[in-house]
Amino acid sequence: MKSVIAVLTVVAAIVLFWYVACVPMNIKGVLTEAQRAGAVVQPAEAADRRGMSSFALVAGNSFAIPATWAQERPRLPAPHQVAVELWDTTVNKKITSKRSLVYHGWVTLSATLLGFAIGTGLGILLAVGIVHSRVMDMSVMPWAIVSQTIPIIALAPMIIVVLYSIGVQGIIPKAVISAYLSFFPVVVGMVKGLRAPDSMQLDLLKTYSASTSQGFWKLRLPSSMPYLFASLKIGIAASLVGAIVGELPTGAVAGLGARLLAGSYYGQTVQIWSALFAAAILAAALVALLGLIERLVLKRMGVSA
Amino acid sequence: MNTEAVIEARDLNLTFQTNDGPVQALKDVNLTIGKGDFVSFIGPSGCGKTTFLRVMAALEHPTGGSITVNGMSPDEARRNRAYGYVFQAAGLYPWRTIARNIKLPLEIMGYSKADQEDRVNRVLQLVDLEGFGGKYPWQLSGGMQQRASIARALAFDADILLMDEPFGALDEIVRDHLNEQLLKLWARTNKTIGFVTHSIPEAVYLSTRIVVMSPRPGRITDVIDSPLPAERPLDIRDTPEFLEVAHRVREGLRAGHSYD
Repeated sequence: MKSVIAVLTVVAAIVLFWYVACVPMNIKGVLTEAQRAGAVVQPAEAADRRGMSSFALVAGNSFAIPATWAQERPRLPAPHQVAVELWDTTVNKKITSKRSLVYHGWVTLSATLLGFAIGTGLGILLAVGIVHSRVMDMSVMPWAIVSQTIPIIALAPMIIVVLYSIGVQGIIPKAVISAYLSFFPVVVGMVKGLRAPDSMQLDLLKTYSASTSQGFWKLRLPSSMPYLFASLKIGIAASLVGAIVGELPTGAVAGLGARLLAGSYYGQTVQIWSALFAAAILAAALVALLGLIERLVLKRMGVSA
Repeated sequence: MNTEAVIEARDLNLTFQTNDGPVQALKDVNLTIGKGDFVSFIGPSGCGKTTFLRVMAALEHPTGGSITVNGMSPDEARRNRAYGYVFQAAGLYPWRTIARNIKLPLEIMGYSKADQEDRVNRVLQLVDLEGFGGKYPWQLSGGMQQRASIARALAFDADILLMDEPFGALDEIVRDHLNEQLLKLWARTNKTIGFVTHSIPEAVYLSTRIVVMSPRPGRITDVIDSPLPAERPLDIRDTPEFLEVAHRVREGLRAGHSYD
């Protein structure tokens, strides 16, 4: 109960800060609109207002404060505006509609899941190779690290152009970018996990004359499970980011990335924010789902009580 | 007592190459262990007792001299499932039940499913853990976990049991209890046991022979054949014979070690 109150207090503080921030962010636009509508604003001339700080304008025109939370195209939309837009574009729209966030969310989610599957599979394979071969450890690991130092925003258009030139388009290029971001945490986590068994446990297997593959299936792989799940949680969030970034440079017409892009073209900040929140909610749901699977698997394995 | 040599070491030497230069872990070690012997290795840390046990198990390889286990090289003996090894920590897999932990070597060695069940039941009985097969390791006490690990080492019927300070991490009360149980187990199964310890009472109580070792370089300084009877209740440790053997072990340890 105590923790619920604490959590709600934090959320309330964030929402409050957000509402307060809306006032100075939107005041100039609100005053311009009010003046056009014939209201008396201080100072009266738009040219005089231009050089003034937002806070001074708020102080001089306190009547305009409620309007900063209700603009059609605010610089910073208020929380309830985002919430209403989210509700409208999910519950009140048919999911086949081009304006439905569920539809766009699914487009992004499918690329995310495909990319995550590819990235995870690749990550596990690389980790297995790295753990069992010194050559792979020395040759692959540095490249895996280098690959993550390149900003994905710079790399994504190249991946899409290269794949397009060989005739690959649609979900695959997005999934490739997703996989590119998600394989790395899986490699790092799995290498750590597969190396988790101590020398005593490895010696024990040696006294049984166990083969390398028996050691892998019976000791290394089960030992790595807690590490794998920690990596998967990072990986799935990275996958989602990858899929969204993959939608940006292509002028994609569908997906959360496309909604972000369209919103910024047309100054639809409410749409941008609701797409951002949809992405955040999606990521949280995916991570929570993985957490649930983790609990079930580890419980099944008898690792946790 | 020595009816048949099971382990035979001749002029055994082992030198580790470390960053600080070579370290002679074993120097000119000669020892014969007969079938059914209970041999303890005792000495301060760095005396090579664990290394010697690991050489018998082919976990380390000597740099000089020779060693045979059942007349074979340690590597061949391992492939012939000549020994079970018990480490200081139980090392049970937390994701496996006790029964499935004991099945681990059996799975690796390719025993049939039915045979695995039989063997698990038999060794669980041997270490007094009947009814605990379905439990996970964390549900058992430290002493029970170590008994389970002994059961695991016994499951594939090795003639030799090599134990590296198996009760070192347990408290004295549990240790006494397990020592008593181990003697009973040894009497019932007629295994040959190599037992590393740094406890003098433990070594004297358990062993038919006590090998005293000393460090830098690791070597054998004394081998004591115990005059104690095979039947050993715990209170044998208060008899003059027991104290005499313990005294000789202590003397041997002091002679071989300068306490610098």
